[in-house]
Amino acid sequence: MTEMSSVPWLTIMGLIPLVGSLVVAFAPGSALMAKRLALGFSLATLVVGIVAALQFQINSPKQFQLGEQASWIPQFGVSYSLGVDGIALVLILMSLVLTPICLIAAWNDVEEETAEAGGARNVKTYFALLLVLETFMVGVFAATDVFLFYAFFEAMLIPIYFLIGRFGGARRQYAAMKFLLFSLAGGLVMLVAVIALYLQGPGGSDGFLIERLTGLSMDPTTERLLFVGFFVAFAIKAPMVPFHTWLPDAATESTPATATLLVGVLDKVGTFGMIRFCLQLFPEASHWATPVVVVLAVVSVIYGALLAIGQTDMMRLISYTSVSHFGFIVLGIFAFTNVGSAGSTLYMVNHGFSTAALFLFAAMLVHRRGSKRIPDYGGWQSVTPALGGIFLIAAMSALALPGLSTFVSEFLVLVGTFPTRPAAAVIATSGIILAALYMLLMYKKIMTGPPPGDLIGERALARLTAEEQAQPEHARRSLVRDLSTREKLLATPLIAVILVLGFYPNLALNPINPAVDKSLSHVLTPAAGNAAAEGSSK
Amino acid sequence: MTSVAPQGLPAVFQQSTIDYLAILPLLIVFGVAIVGVLVEAFVPRDRRHMVQAGLAVVGLLAAFVAVIVAAKHQGLTMGITDGASDRRLFALAIDGPALFMQGTILLLGVLGVLTMAERLGGVGPDAFTPSGASTPGSPFETNASRAGALTSEVFPLTMFAIFGMILFPTTNDLIGMFVALEVLSLPLYILSGLARRRRLLSQEASLKYFLLGAFSSAFFLFGSALLYGYSGSFVLGDISKAISTGPIEMNGLLVPGAFLVFVGLLFKVAAVPFHAWTPDVYQGAPTPVTGFMAACTKAAAFGAILRLAYVGLDTGRWEWTNALVVIALLTMVVGSVLSVTQTDMKRLLAYSSIAHAGFVLVGVLAFDSKGVGAVLFYVATYGFAIIAAFAIISLVRQNGGEATHLSQWAGLGKRYPLVAGAFAFLMLAFAGIPATSGFMAKFAVFSAAVGTGGATGTVLVVVGVLCSAITVFVYARVIVLMYFGDPPGDTGDAANAVEVVVPSVTTTFSIAIGTVITLALGVVPSALLDLADRASQFVR
Repeated sequence: MTEMSSVPWLTIMGLIPLVGSLVVAFAPGSALMAKRLALGFSLATLVVGIVAALQFQINSPKQFQLGEQASWIPQFGVSYSLGVDGIALVLILMSLVLTPICLIAAWNDVEEETAEAGGARNVKTYFALLLVLETFMVGVFAATDVFLFYAFFEAMLIPIYFLIGRFGGARRQYAAMKFLLFSLAGGLVMLVAVIALYLQGPGGSDGFLIERLTGLSMDPTTERLLFVGFFVAFAIKAPMVPFHTWLPDAATESTPATATLLVGVLDKVGTFGMIRFCLQLFPEASHWATPVVVVLAVVSVIYGALLAIGQTDMMRLISYTSVSHFGFIVLGIFAFTNVGSAGSTLYMVNHGFSTAALFLFAAMLVHRRGSKRIPDYGGWQSVTPALGGIFLIAAMSALALPGLSTFVSEFLVLVGTFPTRPAAAVIATSGIILAALYMLLMYKKIMTGPPPGDLIGERALARLTAEEQAQPEHARRSLVRDLSTREKLLATPLIAVILVLGFYPNLALNPINPAVDKSLSHVLTPAAGNAAAEGSSK
Repeated sequence: MTSVAPQGLPAVFQQSTIDYLAILPLLIVFGVAIVGVLVEAFVPRDRRHMVQAGLAVVGLLAAFVAVIVAAKHQGLTMGITDGASDRRLFALAIDGPALFMQGTILLLGVLGVLTMAERLGGVGPDAFTPSGASTPGSPFETNASRAGALTSEVFPLTMFAIFGMILFPTTNDLIGMFVALEVLSLPLYILSGLARRRRLLSQEASLKYFLLGAFSSAFFLFGSALLYGYSGSFVLGDISKAISTGPIEMNGLLVPGAFLVFVGLLFKVAAVPFHAWTPDVYQGAPTPVTGFMAACTKAAAFGAILRLAYVGLDTGRWEWTNALVVIALLTMVVGSVLSVTQTDMKRLLAYSSIAHAGFVLVGVLAFDSKGVGAVLFYVATYGFAIIAAFAIISLVRQNGGEATHLSQWAGLGKRYPLVAGAFAFLMLAFAGIPATSGFMAKFAVFSAAVGTGGATGTVLVVVGVLCSAITVFVYARVIVLMYFGDPPGDTGDAANAVEVVVPSVTTTFSIAIGTVITLALGVVPSALLDLADRASQFVR
C-alpha cells in the first residue's frame, strides 16, 4: 500500500521548520534577524516540498508514496509512518506555500502590539511558534499511522493556543481557551475511538497503520460508534454547524497570520480526516451517517452565509464565510462520488488560498484604518486603489467567480453532489448567491461611496509622527499609503496561485483524482475493500 | 468451616529461609535510616545536613542498584514453615511489579530527598521548621532558629517512609502489608507538620492526616481480621485459594473484609470518597514533602492495591469490582471537577492528583497484565512530573514565603520564562497532551481498560477522557495566568514582588530530571513500557 522512499523527504520537510523554530527562538540577534531566519527556513521547506512533489508518481498503484516507516512504540502498535497520497500532497504543498506568505504578513504585527512587553523575545517566540506549527501541519497530513496522526492532531493545539492567547487582540484569552476546550473535547472523544479502533484491528506492533485498519469487518454498532468518535472531532475542527462557534472568536482575536493558518490550513485537517479516516476506515458507518452529515453540511452552507451577511466585523465576516465553505467541502465528501470528493479536495486547497487572501488583505485595511468594523470604512477604493483592487480579487475568489480557482471546486462539488443528493445540491447552490451577497455587500460598504472624514483611525494615527498628525484631515489622504513592497510580495503569490488554479485546475486535480478513487473505493463498494484488505494481509 | 485449616504457631522456633540478595534493597534503605538516626546523635550540627542528605541519596542509589541485582532473584522469600500444616508461608514476594515499584520509588525518593535538602543559603533545609516541637510563634521557636537549629532528622524520617513504601508493594500477606502501611505513614505524619512557614496550617494538616490515616489503618486491620476469619490465613495466596473453594455462606466475612482492606489502601491513593485529607495535607505540608508524598506514596499504595486485587482477592473479583468501578468514576469526576474551582496551586495539584488516582484505578480495573504494566508506567511517569512540579512551586516566593495563590503566579512567564516554561510543560503532561509522558501513560491505562475491561472498561474510559477535558481547562488556566496575565500589583515595589528564588544544584537537578524524563517518556516511551510490560507478572 505504501511506496517507500529512499530519501526521507517528509521527515526532512517536518524537521526543517522544527530546527528553524529552535534557531529562531534561541539564537541571539535582533528581531529582524529572527524574522529573516524564519522566512529562510520556511522557504527552504517549500523548496524541499517542491522537490519531493516532483518525485510523486501520479499513476502509482500504491495508495501512499514517499513513504517512511519505523517502529516507534511497539507496545501500543504505533509506528512512525509517513506517506502521502495526492490529497495529502496538495494540502501539504498548500501549507508550505502559505507559511512563508503568513510569515511575511506577520512581519510587523507583533512588534507593534507588544513592543513594550518584551521586544525581540516576543517576536522570536511568535515566529518560532509559527514554524513549529508548520512542522505539525506537515506531520498531520503525512501521518499514515492513526496514533501518529492523533498525536500531531492534539499536539498542534498547543502552538495555536499560544499564538492566539499571547499575540491576539483584546479578548484573546477567552478565544484561545474556547478554541482549546472545543478542540480538546473533540480530540479526547476521538482518543477513545482510536484505542477501540486498534483493538478492532489485527493488533500487533504495527497495528495502528492505516493500511492495517482499512477494510476491517466490524460489528455495525461498533463501527458506527467509532465513526462518531472520529467524526465529531473532525466536525469541531472543520468547523461544522453546530460546532462552529469557536471559529469566529479564534479567527477575530488572533493575528491575521495565525487566523490564516488556522482557517486556511488547520481546519482542513478536519475535512481531510473525514476523507482519510471516516470514509476509508468506516465505509458502512459513513453511509449510515450520511443523511445527518449532509443536512449539517447544508445547514452550515446556508447558516454560515446568513451569519456572514449580518456581521459588521470584517474578520468575523470572513470566518463565517469559512463555515459556509466548509459546508460545501463536507457536502462534496459525503456525496460519495469521485467528482464530489475531488472537488472537495480541490476546494480545500483553493479555500486555503482564497481565505488567506481575504484575511491578509483585510488586515492591510485594518492596519491603515485601525478598525475592523465595516461601517468605519467607505470609498476606500479611491484612497488606496491597488489595495482595493487586490481586495476585489480576494472577494471575487470567495464568491467563486469563474476564472478564479474557487469556481472550479465549487462547481465540481455541486456536480458531484447532484447525482446522489439532488435536494442538498439544489439548496447548497443558493449558498453561492448568498456568497455573492455577503462579499459584494462588504466590498460595497468598504470600497465605494464617500471616504470617511477621518481617514486614519485613532490607533493608526498614533503611529504617525507629530508633524504628520498636525496636518489637516484632507491632507492626510496622502499619508495613507497604498501597498508597500512587503505587501506586494505577499499578495502576488496568493493572487497568482488563485489565477493559475482557476485556469489550470488540473495542476492540482491530476494528483487528487487517483487518490480520491483509492480512498473512495472502500466506501463505494465495501465488499471490494474487504477483499483488498484480505489480499494485503496474506 | 473453610477449606484451609487455621494455622497455629510453630511449636519450636524456626529460622525462616531468606534470599538476602532479593531483599537487599529493603535492608539497605532500613540500614541507612538507622544510621541516619545515629548520625543525628553523633555528628556535629554544622556538618549534619550534608552528611544526612548525602547518606540518604547514596543509600537510595545503592538500594536501586540492589533492585537491579534482585531482579535475578525473583520469587517468594522470607518463608517459615507453618507448624500445623507443614506448608511454607512466605512473607515477601519479590516479583516484577514489586521490583518495578521499588525501583520507581527509590529513584523518585532520590529526587524527593534532593528537593528536601534545599537550603537556599540557610543552615538547615529551607522548607522545614528549625524546631518542630515548639509552639508556633513562641519564644522557644525564636530561640531555636536564633541558635541555628536545623531539622536534619527529616532525612532519616524520609528513609523510614521509603522503607515502608518499598516494603508495601512487596509484602505477600496482610500483616506485612499493615506493618508496611504504618511504617510508611508515621514518618509522613511527622514530616507533614514540619513546615517552616505557615506552621499552624502545617500542624493542622499533620493532625488531620494522622487522625484520618489512623482510621484508615484501623479499617485495614479490621478488614484483615475478617479475611483471616474467612480464610484462616493472612497470606494472599491462601485467601485467593479459600475464595475459590470456600462456601458461599461465608461471604458475610469475605465481602466486608475485602471492602475494608480496600478502604485502607484507597485512602492512601486519595480515591474518592476517602480523599478529604488530600487538599489540606498537600497544602499544609512542606512543599518538597508534598511532592514526595504525591509521587511515592501513590506508587507504593498502587503497588499494594495491584497485589491485593490481582493476587489476594482475584478469585472473588465479582464481589468487589463494581464497588471499585464506582470509586474510580467518583474519583475521576470529583477530582477533576473540584480542581476547577481551586485558587491555591498546591490544592489544585492535590485535586489533580485525586483525578490522576482515578485514571490509574481505570488501569487497575483492566484485570490484565497489560493493565498492570500500564499502572506501573503511569505511576512512574506521574511521579517524576509531580515531584518536579512541587519543586518548582517551592521556588516561587513572595516576601520569602511560598507564593501558592494562583493570582501570585500571574505574569510569571514574562519574567521567568525558563521556570514558567518547565511548569507549563508539566501542566501539559498532567493534561495528557501528546509529546509528554502524561499522554503515553493515559493512553496505556485507557487502552488496557478498553481492551480487557469490557463494557465497564469502555464506560470508565469515556468518563476518563471527559474528565481529562475538564482538567485541561484547569491546567490551561494556570498557563494562561503565567503567560498571558499581568503580574499582580505591578507597583515596582521590588521587595514585595513575586520572585523565583535561585535554587541550589540539588533542586535544580530534580526539576531538570523530572522535566526531561517527562519529555523523554513522551517521545520515546517504548523502553520503559517494555520494562513495565515485562514486570507485570505476579508470583503467588
